[in-house]
Amino acid sequence: MSKQSICAWQRLEPGAAIRDPGNAAALKTGDWRTLVPVLNEDECIKCTMCAVFCPEFCISEHEDGFFRPDLNYCKGCGICANECPKTAITMVMEEK
Amino acid sequence: MARRIGTEVSLAVADAVKMAAPDVISAYPITPQTHIVEELSEFVANGELDAEYIPVESEHSAMSAAVGAAAAGARVYTATSSQGLALMHEILFIASSMRLPMVMTVANRSLSGPISIWNDHSDIMAERDIGWVQLFVENGQEALEFTWAAFRIGEDKRVMLPVVVNMDGFIMSHMIEPITIPDQEVVDAFLKPYEPQIKLDTADPVTFGPVGVPEVYLEAKKQCEQALLDSKAVVSEVIDDLNHTFGRQYGLVETNGAEDAETVIVTMGSLGESVMTAVDRMNANGKAVRQARIRLWRPFPVEEFMDAVSGAKKLVVIDRAISPGSVNGPVAQELKSVFYGRLDAPEIVNVIAGIGGRDVPVDDFVQMVELAEKGELAETYTLWGLDSDA
Repeated sequence: MSKQSICAWQRLEPGAAIRDPGNAAALKTGDWRTLVPVLNEDECIKCTMCAVFCPEFCISEHEDGFFRPDLNYCKGCGICANECPKTAITMVMEEK
Repeated sequence: MARRIGTEVSLAVADAVKMAAPDVISAYPITPQTHIVEELSEFVANGELDAEYIPVESEHSAMSAAVGAAAAGARVYTATSSQGLALMHEILFIASSMRLPMVMTVANRSLSGPISIWNDHSDIMAERDIGWVQLFVENGQEALEFTWAAFRIGEDKRVMLPVVVNMDGFIMSHMIEPITIPDQEVVDAFLKPYEPQIKLDTADPVTFGPVGVPEVYLEAKKQCEQALLDSKAVVSEVIDDLNHTFGRQYGLVETNGAEDAETVIVTMGSLGESVMTAVDRMNANGKAVRQARIRLWRPFPVEEFMDAVSGAKKLVVIDRAISPGSVNGPVAQELKSVFYGRLDAPEIVNVIAGIGGRDVPVDDFVQMVELAEKGELAETYTLWGLDSDA
């Protein structure tokens, strides 16, 4: 029998609860992505709508004032592209 | 002083819940459970009960709110029936898998269609495998006392699981019965305030209900199953204390009638009381018959059931739900699997009776035993009272 478990069932917290702070950040949802948002900086007006609507809260302001996703957590849902009032974001197939 | 009053059982259950001092009650009214939560909402509105009453827009939300409140460490109560229980279905698994104690009264009712508001057990039998502790009561007094027992069982640190108290819809929920309501101090001594072992707390953060990747889901399920199996000992302990506190003789499986009888009628829920009358009548007429009443349905008390029917040659198992496509009703299926492979296994005859509120008078049980002993009931199951041209 191959062992695939993380730990023995007796060692789990009740209800498989997790006690370590910051465990949500450890779940890198970027693994799920097939499409990646690409920002056209000529069109972008830095309005923050993409960051506001991102369900992963992974879009933040960079030093140059543009908003870009942290690709560790962007799952490629395309909501930012859909909400962008200037259609400055396009979803493109991610290259291997 | 304890008060002995005539009251509708639903109102007595609401009294029991009030005396258990829950922090949160969330529920949606559905026939025949409605009177319980209506009464509770009045208690809260009148200031008689200091609890958060969450009026929700469906049973799915009622159970979701209950889960959230229980995760925050509250003592939670809800109640439902039939379609409402079915609508709660997916959240019921979450309550048990997150190990959240709460108590739910289910006023058992048949499921659509055709639309029926009357009693049978098809609602709860569709929820056999949710991982909740499940109790069945037979009368109003039991509905009251087992509400307190349910809180104690679920909140025990060795259990930490939600508990269902099943009572037959209308037959019990709307019946006016003489009920003894003890003093608050007696209840307080029996049911201590709840101390959650794990809860949502900003000072000690915890993630509840995480993603169960394939590397952990199996172990989480095993933990839950083991907690349910281990809860049997706690149920026994709590019932012993209940008997001691209130002067009762409850057990996980209860028996009555002729001790040496070779035929045993097995019941669960309020039909048990009609069968008691039938068994007494047969015993008085010199016919040796015994009765076994299943009080704890999940986890199934295998050893206690074996003891209760030891020496029996034939079990007449009364089911109050149809299991379409199977060879028996749910209780008979359970018992057949309990006895499978045992050399001393009794013959199991299955009668499915009282479906959709169909009345089953006392005489019918006498007839069932006669037909079973003559071998005239079907090998699979008999749909009692079915009108047929065949």
